[in-house]
Amino acid sequence: MFRWLRDHGVIERNVVLMGVLTLLTVSIGGLVQIVPLFAVETTIERVQGMRPYTPLEQMGRNIYVREGCYLCHSQMVRPFRDELERYGHFSLAAESMYDHPFQWGSKRTGPDLARVGGRYSDDWHAAHLRSPRAVVPASIMPPYSFLDRPLDYERVADHLRALRVVGVPYNDEMIANAKADLEAQARPDADATGFNGRYARARQGAFDGDPVRITEMDALVAYLQMLGTLVDFRDVMPAQLRQQ
Amino acid sequence: MPTKIEKDSLSGQNTTGHEWDGLKELNTPLPKWWLWTFYATIAFALVWVVIYPALPIPGATGTSGWIAREAVVRDVQQAEARMAPMMSRLRAATPQQIAADPELRAFAMAGGRGAFANNCASCHGAGGQGALGGFPSLADDEWIWGGSLEAIHHTITHGVRANESDDQRQSMMPRFLADGILTRPQVNDVAEHVLSLTNRATDQAAATRGAALFAENCVACHGEKGEGNRDLGAPRLNDQIWLYGADKASIVQSISNARAGVMPSWGKRLDPAIINMLTVYVHSLGGGE
Repeated sequence: MFRWLRDHGVIERNVVLMGVLTLLTVSIGGLVQIVPLFAVETTIERVQGMRPYTPLEQMGRNIYVREGCYLCHSQMVRPFRDELERYGHFSLAAESMYDHPFQWGSKRTGPDLARVGGRYSDDWHAAHLRSPRAVVPASIMPPYSFLDRPLDYERVADHLRALRVVGVPYNDEMIANAKADLEAQARPDADATGFNGRYARARQGAFDGDPVRITEMDALVAYLQMLGTLVDFRDVMPAQLRQQ
Repeated sequence: MPTKIEKDSLSGQNTTGHEWDGLKELNTPLPKWWLWTFYATIAFALVWVVIYPALPIPGATGTSGWIAREAVVRDVQQAEARMAPMMSRLRAATPQQIAADPELRAFAMAGGRGAFANNCASCHGAGGQGALGGFPSLADDEWIWGGSLEAIHHTITHGVRANESDDQRQSMMPRFLADGILTRPQVNDVAEHVLSLTNRATDQAAATRGAALFAENCVACHGEKGEGNRDLGAPRLNDQIWLYGADKASIVQSISNARAGVMPSWGKRLDPAIINMLTVYVHSLGGGE
């Protein structure tokens, strides 16, 4: 039985047959991976509240990626009861639909961050990033005190423009005001009427404790503080969570 | 290349029939058990695809109808049903009633410990010991906003300066230097006076000058002798417990730019029963009044 499986010598001696069979095998792999992407829209739940990141949050997200935070922190609450008890509602596909690239991660050396927003104060985040063991003695996270340097946001509009190309719905107004919006969010005393109109549920603040300087710390803390806060799960009906 | 399959005299296996400079290759077949296990895994996978949602087709579920998201909702509902009798009692009771009832108290302490570790320990420490930099200790008998069960319950539910609840703990110390209320030398004098409240002043003349400024600017909240005021969340200044550091530089910094620690409000995040359990647990950490 299965003698033909052993006679691969036939294939190895016939370059045309080998080519045809190789193409066939690779095509199956390709189809399985590519075809479902045509229907990727159907996996995104119809929930309210999602919006693109504000310019400051997006710069913070870039720092999150640059520093490799995803290597130790996931952003994916899986649908298990223990995870729901600890972190909150399981993550939705809709919650990372504006993420390029997504930060689901695959390893938790530290805790999941998908819903860390609002759990702690800005002061705590800044103190913890500067010196993790000052507030959590058992932590093995490296210190990131160098993030207190000025944020380079000259070209923040270009970041938004690039994200629009891959499908994030930034409009012309958002791109034109990117720099002003970033400054308005990081300075609690600034006029934020326009900013609040463009980005719902975005919070102004002196995220690093200093209301004047705009630092990388400001951007990263602003990003962490909005994670998982956009969808209000008290308004979500179970039917909306069904992936079509 | 000659192709002649021979039987190898030592192992009893056939060769592949290939020969390179006198070297021949054995064609030892895979062990039967391994091969059949391999085929079995393929068969298992096919069965799996039929039963569970595995096909990349929108809306496809397996014949079992099992969906991860619905399964976890069932899990949570079952667990809630098991806990419901105790949780509804904890929800209905006041923290005072829970603390007085040994059965409820035992349950609240166990549940409170878990909820504290998950939600509170990052700032307040695993044992409620707090941390320098505005994260108050919950294990001592100094309270900024009050240490009774009632006060603790209010603080947990509504938070401090988080702008998430209308009933939040709210007070705002002026930024005396940054807002131009005091000059730099005056801030130094006030700091010396504050140090003198714990007999640590290094410059007596400055402390005396600072006393007048203190009476003018600080006593309304911090009290004449720096005894603090819990209604306003103004910490005591005449003891050894310092939220932001006891040294003069930290005190100067506090006067100059003010501090305004923030605690999130947990009323919308946690079940009322869990807030009650946390209240009783925090009250028990050492300083409950």
